[in-house]
Amino acid sequence: MAEANLNPSIQVVTLKPAKGWLGIDLKELWHYRELIYFLTWRDIKVRYKQAVLGIAWSVLQPVLTTAIMTVVFGILLEVESDGLPYPVFALSALLPWHLFQLSLQKSSISLVGNANLLTKVYFPRLIIPLSSVLSAMVDFIISLILLFITMAIYKIPLTWNALWVIPLTLLTVLAALAVGLWLSALNVQYRDVQQMVPFLIQIWMYATPIVYPITTIPEGTFRYIYSLNPMVGVVQGFRWAFFGGSPPDMTLLISSLAVLLLLTSGLFFFRRMEKTFADVV
Amino acid sequence: MMDSDLSILVRGIGKRYKIGASQQRTDTLRDLITAQAARIGSSLRGKRNHSNETDHIWALRDVNFEVKRGQALGIIGRNGAGKSTLLKVLSRVTDPTEGYGELRGRVGSLLEVGTGFHPELTGRENIFLNGAILGMHKKEIEARFDEIVAFSEVEKFIDTPVKRYSSGMYLRLAFAVAAHLEPEILVVDEVLAVGDADFQRKCLGKMGDVANSGRTVLFVSHNMSAILRLTQDSIVLDKGKVLLRAPSSEAVDFYLNRGLSKLGERFWEVDEVPAFSAPFRPMAIRILDKNGHVSDSVRSVEPIRIEIDYELTEDVTGLRVGYYLFTTRGEPVFTSFDIDSEELFKEYTARPKGIYTSRCTIPPDTLNEGRFLLGVNASSYGIRRYFQDDQALSFSVDASGAPGTHWPEPRPGPVRPILGWEIEQKGSV
Repeated sequence: MAEANLNPSIQVVTLKPAKGWLGIDLKELWHYRELIYFLTWRDIKVRYKQAVLGIAWSVLQPVLTTAIMTVVFGILLEVESDGLPYPVFALSALLPWHLFQLSLQKSSISLVGNANLLTKVYFPRLIIPLSSVLSAMVDFIISLILLFITMAIYKIPLTWNALWVIPLTLLTVLAALAVGLWLSALNVQYRDVQQMVPFLIQIWMYATPIVYPITTIPEGTFRYIYSLNPMVGVVQGFRWAFFGGSPPDMTLLISSLAVLLLLTSGLFFFRRMEKTFADVV
Repeated sequence: MMDSDLSILVRGIGKRYKIGASQQRTDTLRDLITAQAARIGSSLRGKRNHSNETDHIWALRDVNFEVKRGQALGIIGRNGAGKSTLLKVLSRVTDPTEGYGELRGRVGSLLEVGTGFHPELTGRENIFLNGAILGMHKKEIEARFDEIVAFSEVEKFIDTPVKRYSSGMYLRLAFAVAAHLEPEILVVDEVLAVGDADFQRKCLGKMGDVANSGRTVLFVSHNMSAILRLTQDSIVLDKGKVLLRAPSSEAVDFYLNRGLSKLGERFWEVDEVPAFSAPFRPMAIRILDKNGHVSDSVRSVEPIRIEIDYELTEDVTGLRVGYYLFTTRGEPVFTSFDIDSEELFKEYTARPKGIYTSRCTIPPDTLNEGRFLLGVNASSYGIRRYFQDDQALSFSVDASGAPGTHWPEPRPGPVRPILGWEIEQKGSV
């Protein structure tokens, strides 16, 4: 909280009890952008250290998941796949889903995992979950290349429409950040959260049209309620961007609104809780 | 808005913690749910659950002080006096519960060296990461990179993961990064408590440079000689309150006397003795003059008696009870234990439970004038340390009448022995 001063190069920091709800200080976040960069870089750098296969894991994970799903849902259960080859159908949805899942796993434990930083140094606390969400982007980009290869194998053409993936990815990151803010702040006080996250992720995955097409869900009110899950709009958007078909208009709109609501509330909740992080963690 | 030559201004700062807040690591949703249910239950029965003052503890209360720009301020206090909390509030790690403060300029805090070091990353990578965590920009780190590496003396291993470093190398690197941080206000807590003597000297030297370069430094340490060397003024904290703000030499003296005994005697309350000290329980330590009177001020030319009372709640084997004697600058003078002599060693190797006094006499003409500090130690060599209090009791020695006092000059050095001088004339002119 810098105040105007005779000497503009010297900022005055005010210490006082924080009360009530606080907004976010974007100027301060910008000032600390290098820390965001270094923490993200650290998370990426450290993730596959001392693993024999190293970064290859980020290729293997989506490949293996797609293979398992293709066998179980595509071949054995013969689940419908919008007329697409099942591996392409599954991989296109797993792409944003894995980004969301990894971000959630990392961000929910991020504050507790960085307790030594929280209790020793000041910086905007928001940086911690933010950088763990950002570090999941590396795996996403690798999976994206994997999808292009798979599409080439199945001779599915890539259109300009695929550029929609960029805003859709941003939406995924925001959705993950929104939930991550809630969970990481709660986890500081209640370690139950980190026990719950794996189940939450499982339930969430089945509540998202990944292994099955959205047409399984009846249209109308029920579909709208279903779309409150932000990942529904995202996954539908991804499939539409790559393979065309009917645009996910209403679904995506509802999902985006849900993200907005979750993110705003998450930010406020986080800012309210953060003043006690160093005392409680 | 404060005066422009002030760097730090603190008004009525207080910090309250819930009792046991730090132990509530197992805080679970179940606890929350049951607590909420209990609260609803009691409010249904018409009972109000008052937020009781006794559930809370004020780690800091009504703290006021200011620091001028370029001044180095020492913060002195026993463990639990609120020093760390004060530094945490000042470095914005935690918010105060009440009060107001202003800090002019970038605050760099060294509450611990190596904060954020990652064992898997190399020395080079950790320099950048740690620098960023401490608030340095990438360009600043790049500009000082060579200097940091040179200071740390780990050039050869700079591209090796730090988990392969020895603890000494790790600390040197960590301190090197921190030492090259250049904020307007530097907050330092006990950094010097780590590392070997050489490294500590180097750190102290660097801290001295920082303090002399016109930056404001807040320095917390138990090392009184470091406080005296690095700071001009100090505040003494006790139970979360500022007891004194004075020039450091005065503050150190005040601190060493206070809480300890005014009369050359110190009793340990039950709650001052950690549970793991059992079966050894210290009771008292006192200084006696030649007439056997408890005294805070003894004479150099007379014998000085030191007594330590303690209880053994069980039979103990191999116990030795003794003291370290320090000057108030923290320099050790000597160490002595009650079973140092072979005779007593044989007789008291096994001590049955009971109440004991270990007594010793410092012969006349041993100590120079000045203030001294006794640290108590009770241990079984190579087995365990039962109890240690490095600041058990302090006392003054008066040199009047000692050899050489016919010159009214202070003599340096903690001891003032009578030495057998001879003067021989090698012929006459």
